[in-house]
Amino acid sequence: MLIVDNLVKSYGTAARGRRRRGAGDGGAARVHAVGGASFDVRDGELFTLLGPSGCGKTTTLRSVAGLEHPDGGRITLSDRVLFDATRRVNVPANRRALGMVFQSYAIWPHMTVARNVSFPLDILPHGRRPGRREIDERVARLLEVTELAAYASRPATKLSGGQQQRLALARALVIQPELLLLDEPLSNLDAKLRESMRFELKRLQRELGLTAVYVTHDQSEALVMSSRIAVMNGGGIEQIGSPREIYTRPATKFVAEFIGTSNFVAGVVRTVDGAEVCVDTPDGRVVCRAGMGGTAPGAGSGVLLSIRPEAVEIGTAPPAEAVNRWSGEVLTRAYLGDAVDHVVRVGEREMRIRSNPTRSIEPGTAVHLTVDPAKVTLVPAG
Amino acid sequence: MTVTTDLPAKPAAPVPALEGPSRLRRLLSPRILVVGAAVAVVGFLAVVPLGYLLHDTFVGDHGLSLNAFRRAYGGNTQAGRMMLDSLEFAVGAAAFALVVGSVLAYLQVRTDLPFKGLLFAASLVPLIVPGILYAAAWIFLGDPSIGLVNTLVLHPLLGTSPVDVYTVWGMIWVQGLHLAPVAFLLMVAAFRGMDPSLEESAAMSGAARRTILRRITVPLMRPALISAALLMFVQSLESFEVPGLLGLQNNIYVFTSRIYFVLRSYPIDYGSAGAYAVGLLAIAVAGVLLSTWLQRGRSFQTVTGKAFRPQPVALGRARPWVGAAVLLYFLVTVVLPVAVLVYASLLKTYSTPSAKALRGMSLHNYATVLHLPLAATALKNSLVLGVGAATVVMALTAVVSWVVVRTQAPGRRLLDLLAFTPIVIPGLVLGLALAFVYLRVPLPIYGTLFILLISYCTRYLPYGMRYASAAMTQMSKELEESAIVFGASWWQTFRRVLVPLASSGLIAGWIYILVVSFRELSSTILLYSPGTEVLSVLIWEQFENGQLTTLAALGVCMVLILVVLVLFAQRLGARTGIESDTAN
Repeated sequence: MLIVDNLVKSYGTAARGRRRRGAGDGGAARVHAVGGASFDVRDGELFTLLGPSGCGKTTTLRSVAGLEHPDGGRITLSDRVLFDATRRVNVPANRRALGMVFQSYAIWPHMTVARNVSFPLDILPHGRRPGRREIDERVARLLEVTELAAYASRPATKLSGGQQQRLALARALVIQPELLLLDEPLSNLDAKLRESMRFELKRLQRELGLTAVYVTHDQSEALVMSSRIAVMNGGGIEQIGSPREIYTRPATKFVAEFIGTSNFVAGVVRTVDGAEVCVDTPDGRVVCRAGMGGTAPGAGSGVLLSIRPEAVEIGTAPPAEAVNRWSGEVLTRAYLGDAVDHVVRVGEREMRIRSNPTRSIEPGTAVHLTVDPAKVTLVPAG
Repeated sequence: MTVTTDLPAKPAAPVPALEGPSRLRRLLSPRILVVGAAVAVVGFLAVVPLGYLLHDTFVGDHGLSLNAFRRAYGGNTQAGRMMLDSLEFAVGAAAFALVVGSVLAYLQVRTDLPFKGLLFAASLVPLIVPGILYAAAWIFLGDPSIGLVNTLVLHPLLGTSPVDVYTVWGMIWVQGLHLAPVAFLLMVAAFRGMDPSLEESAAMSGAARRTILRRITVPLMRPALISAALLMFVQSLESFEVPGLLGLQNNIYVFTSRIYFVLRSYPIDYGSAGAYAVGLLAIAVAGVLLSTWLQRGRSFQTVTGKAFRPQPVALGRARPWVGAAVLLYFLVTVVLPVAVLVYASLLKTYSTPSAKALRGMSLHNYATVLHLPLAATALKNSLVLGVGAATVVMALTAVVSWVVVRTQAPGRRLLDLLAFTPIVIPGLVLGLALAFVYLRVPLPIYGTLFILLISYCTRYLPYGMRYASAAMTQMSKELEESAIVFGASWWQTFRRVLVPLASSGLIAGWIYILVVSFRELSSTILLYSPGTEVLSVLIWEQFENGQLTTLAALGVCMVLILVVLVLFAQRLGARTGIESDTAN
């Protein structure tokens, strides 16, 4: 439905137009904010742009909204061309008819709750503006859906954070936009509320059948909410896939590092037998059956093994299984409440292992580690 | 989810065909028209008078020449003396105001000073008591023969009357005291914006309080100090009231009073007045360049917009003494001048308080003021000009500050500079320049209220700009972007989101300009004609006619009007401030 093709946005002078948040994107003075991003968003899905600050995700979203003027590429929504650099098309933001929830919510403090929601309808030109009664009905219906009906005539500033967030959503939906844009909508909420709003947003999106582009730097938020995720880094897209694909089969080292944590082991591919790849590492041969996020490696090529901490079994007794085993010594352990982390020295390296909180092994103890070949992923080296 | 019914289908193909008409329509859009008009007006206000001034000064009857400068500065004009006095007065008053204002600001923000409210009350003085009245009040206090400080305090004690306000030092004292509250407010803002943890970490590193002050606080305050110093310097340089009332008595001339003198003698030599004006302008510009040079390479931002609540420094045993000093300051800067004005306004002829003088007190002067044939005209003109200038300037700066703060438009820096330029143009220079313009341009503007309106709008453009751009900067950009995303055009966004959100800042600026317009004298004095007198001109005329007690009565009335306006402004500010914490 939304197709973004080879989007490019660069800034002549560094970090002028993109002082979005103090701590955020301003730091990096790269010339390219977005350098050739392409993706498409399907009808009814919640598509997430995920990445660290400065990766270009917000610039990409703002280009779709029409708030930034890209330097190259093409953006189309259904059969409408929103932006096309080669044909010099750039539909102004106020003609794109999209819905958007801003990071700060951007609730207008000089209007009531209801006026905030009705604003996008109030300002339509005479011919296209619905009658007063219809506007009121649509506003009331949205306030009902977002559970704000009781506050309709209150000044918008009198709402709590979560209520302001829902108000911003109601306002974004009142013109029934084809596409909803969400710019880190949960980042201003406290941790507890953020968690519950994740499900709330997801429920509304599903029930109303919305197509949405969602920007966040929070990987767990992205995993919970998204239909598909595009992981961005340095102005480009590293990988696009479902949350499960992104997590279990990261295509690059960056993705494996950014989503969750990983132990990386460098090695050289020995043999490739269908889905089973044997890799030689300094600490022995590792069999990998999970495959690779990207293209399959040939024998003799250098790769990185990515092993999630929770994929590794730790024990003091020698395991029966013969493949993928290491022995080492516990360096430190950390109790996390719902899990225990052990850091184990294996040869020259350290490996992080996450296990059930009942397991706790004294530092200094010799241990054996094993990992299921199906849980070892390969990513391109470097 | 395909609700595209109320959207016109926009197929991809016929886009090139849309280009022609849409470009024309884009040029005629409200955004381009409004912004273009605002930019044109600002450029006109800032550039045209200066252009005429330079042209008329440098171009004589026989082409380009420096004759005007020869007449103004050469021979026995004693121009050297005048320039030295000007500089001594401006530098002295600026330094005095800056030291007093900064010390008071530090005490106010950082210590457990008693009577903190008094300092803020004192800071309203320059708004409420115009310079011309302040100078007049100090004549009543510091005149060598009739001044109360001499007759009541020093003469009985010492047998002499050493205080003489009609000297350069007297002028520095009056101007400095009048400006100190401005320095105080600027420095209070700077101290509030400084993160106290910068000082606390120095204390944790073992630095004593004096070392912290010298090594941390003052260097961090340096940018604020320099900009405050520049403002004080330029305002002293362009002051006409104080040198006019105090200096002329002893033939002490500064640039402004010299220009006035030249224009009041016959035949009028516009060329040499222009030459003095250009000289004054050059010194002001030199001040700007010097402060820019001093600020070079200092881009660290320790002073953020955030307001901190630092732990106040305990003054300890010094507290009662410092408190007494603050009381004395309040007494000298506020109570004495205002009280002496009220006292003088009740007398027939000014004299030292005595049983006889007290018996003779009456409201006679107020009756005279009411029966002045010009009083009603002057009040009406002042109101019309104040409201007019405030409205025009705020409407203009709302648009211009939006362009400067919110767009990436090329030339917005130049626009910002243009709107700021009038702050270094002394009022008298502007008056002269406008006279040059409208004596030549065949428009029926010279001698009308309209030329005064143009002058006021130009003079207060920088102040309006400051209020408007502060309001625009404080507003989150997303509030505006969201309106655009939801389909609002530029004009709708401006009218329905930007202006309402910036309203408290815009209203504050409006009232400020209204108040300062009331006391404007230095450009008015060259531009008014019969029928367009304003209140400050009326006061000046009383001074020239030697009617000091009528002047006092008129002054008291003016102070009352300004008190009402300022109180009203604060009420309004308080009310609009509650509505939205984003825009206060």
